[in-house]
Amino acid sequence: MSALTVSNLCKSFGGLHVTTNVNLDVEPGERRLIIGPNGAGKTTLFNLITGELTPDSGSIKLFGEDITRTASRRRPHLGMARTYQIITLFARDSIIHNVSLALLGLSPARWNPISNMRHQGHLIEQGLAALERVGLAHIAERPLSQTSYGERRRVEIAMALAQNPKLLLLDEPFAGLSIDERQDVHKCLMAIPRDVTMVMIEHNMDVALEFAERITLLHFGQVIVEGNRAEVVDNPRTREVYLGH
Amino acid sequence: MNGTMNRDMAGRIFAIVVAFGALLTLPYWMHGIYYVNVASQILFYAVFALGLNVLVGYGGLVSLGHAGLFGVSAYATGYMLQLGYGHSLAIVVAIAMGLASMAIYAVLSLRSTGIGFIMITLALGEILWGLAYRWISLTGGDNGINVPTRPSPFGYSMTNATVFYYVTLTVFAIAIALCWIFVRSPFGAALRGTRDQPRRMNALGYHVWAIRFWACLFSGLLTAVSAILFVYYTQFISPQTLALTSSAEVLLMVISGGPGTLLGPIFGAGLVVVVKNVVSAFIERWNFLLGAIFVAIVILMPEGLVPGSVRLWRLAMRQRRKRAAP
Repeated sequence: MSALTVSNLCKSFGGLHVTTNVNLDVEPGERRLIIGPNGAGKTTLFNLITGELTPDSGSIKLFGEDITRTASRRRPHLGMARTYQIITLFARDSIIHNVSLALLGLSPARWNPISNMRHQGHLIEQGLAALERVGLAHIAERPLSQTSYGERRRVEIAMALAQNPKLLLLDEPFAGLSIDERQDVHKCLMAIPRDVTMVMIEHNMDVALEFAERITLLHFGQVIVEGNRAEVVDNPRTREVYLGH
Repeated sequence: MNGTMNRDMAGRIFAIVVAFGALLTLPYWMHGIYYVNVASQILFYAVFALGLNVLVGYGGLVSLGHAGLFGVSAYATGYMLQLGYGHSLAIVVAIAMGLASMAIYAVLSLRSTGIGFIMITLALGEILWGLAYRWISLTGGDNGINVPTRPSPFGYSMTNATVFYYVTLTVFAIAIALCWIFVRSPFGAALRGTRDQPRRMNALGYHVWAIRFWACLFSGLLTAVSAILFVYYTQFISPQTLALTSSAEVLLMVISGGPGTLLGPIFGAGLVVVVKNVVSAFIERWNFLLGAIFVAIVILMPEGLVPGSVRLWRLAMRQRRKRAAP
């Protein structure tokens, strides 16, 4: 059974077809890279998979279960987590509070209006464990406003990891990072065990190619090329639309 | 770092104990029934402001129609008493009516946020004001409804200003304790999350709409309770209470005091009630003074009186320390 199956997915905004008959089949444990020029519909595809957008036609299956019509807020409960290309964090709070919120989202305690959030021991413990995985546990109490851009990227990843997902969607996790920061993030991602399936959108080919086993090239909302690293890089269509020479 | 935090904490607890002691003994050192009554007004308006603050401060949902909800509970109390029912039943029905109207408000206005939410709550508030004005068989129209008696909990008649003050203080203490517990709770954290990053909260598995809906009901409960105290205080309810200016006044209490803080709305209520009652005895255009104060707050402390004062106090302390040990 595939981890993620996308069949004949279509989405248009008015006359603009941003996703046209996209098919995607990601095996459990696979590391998939999605590339494509700006405006190819990569983030739209993510928004369709996570349910933030509703497709016009086609279907999405998560480990065999049809989730095409499942509310987006239900999907994390089914084992899907994502990070955002534009960092979307709770800027007024501490790092650990951000990660605790990610954990609370999947816990029935999120409806509890009586007990003290600070005394939710399991949220704090699991939150610290997630921060440990991205190397930020030592500054867990620091307000987010006092962190660097690279650290915020890692908080994003920690929030996704804290939810213990089966499928992790990463939208440009290296965007805007310095070389050193890129290596930190790269290390975090490589350390994620194989029971997590990962799909990543990325422009930065150096780090991304190393990460991925299979690559899908999107162009004008369509899958142009798909295959393993060598196949895609050597394909003349890739050179034409993407690598540019 | 830790030392200053502990000192901050100790200072805060000391301030709260002193403030509460002052409130508890107020009728003994405050001379004149008039001022005791002003204190009662501040306290029930503070409950109202705390209720609105749940939405404005913690939920990021600005309502300009809360006076309408306030009016529903006040009219329900008056009407039930007019029909000859007892105080207990009148109070229960008033709370139920307040919650039911809040639920309808929420279902209609939570379809949007931001300006859209403000406009829908404004429209709903105006509809209720119109009903109070025109549905004469129920509300008495412009003449309003008189509430001839006040209840006597445990045999103490609330006709006595001091008794009324203590009942109001008790309700106020319960309200602020509830808010304090609510804000620190996981649900409170979730509500603040939906204020800051609703899209993210949805992607993390939260039901953003439902969180906002329950927050609305909590806000509605505090609004209803304060409305009942109000109607027993004035012993009269008329459409004026539901007017847009009343909604704006309570919003002013929240914003001037400091939205998203527990103490802010209380100080805001104090400011507005004092200017309205005490200053209006000396200056005819008290609205003008209130406006001027509000403008000053917005310029000097845009975050509100309470957080702003704390910030200025810290700044002053740091300056002093710097001068003491150069």
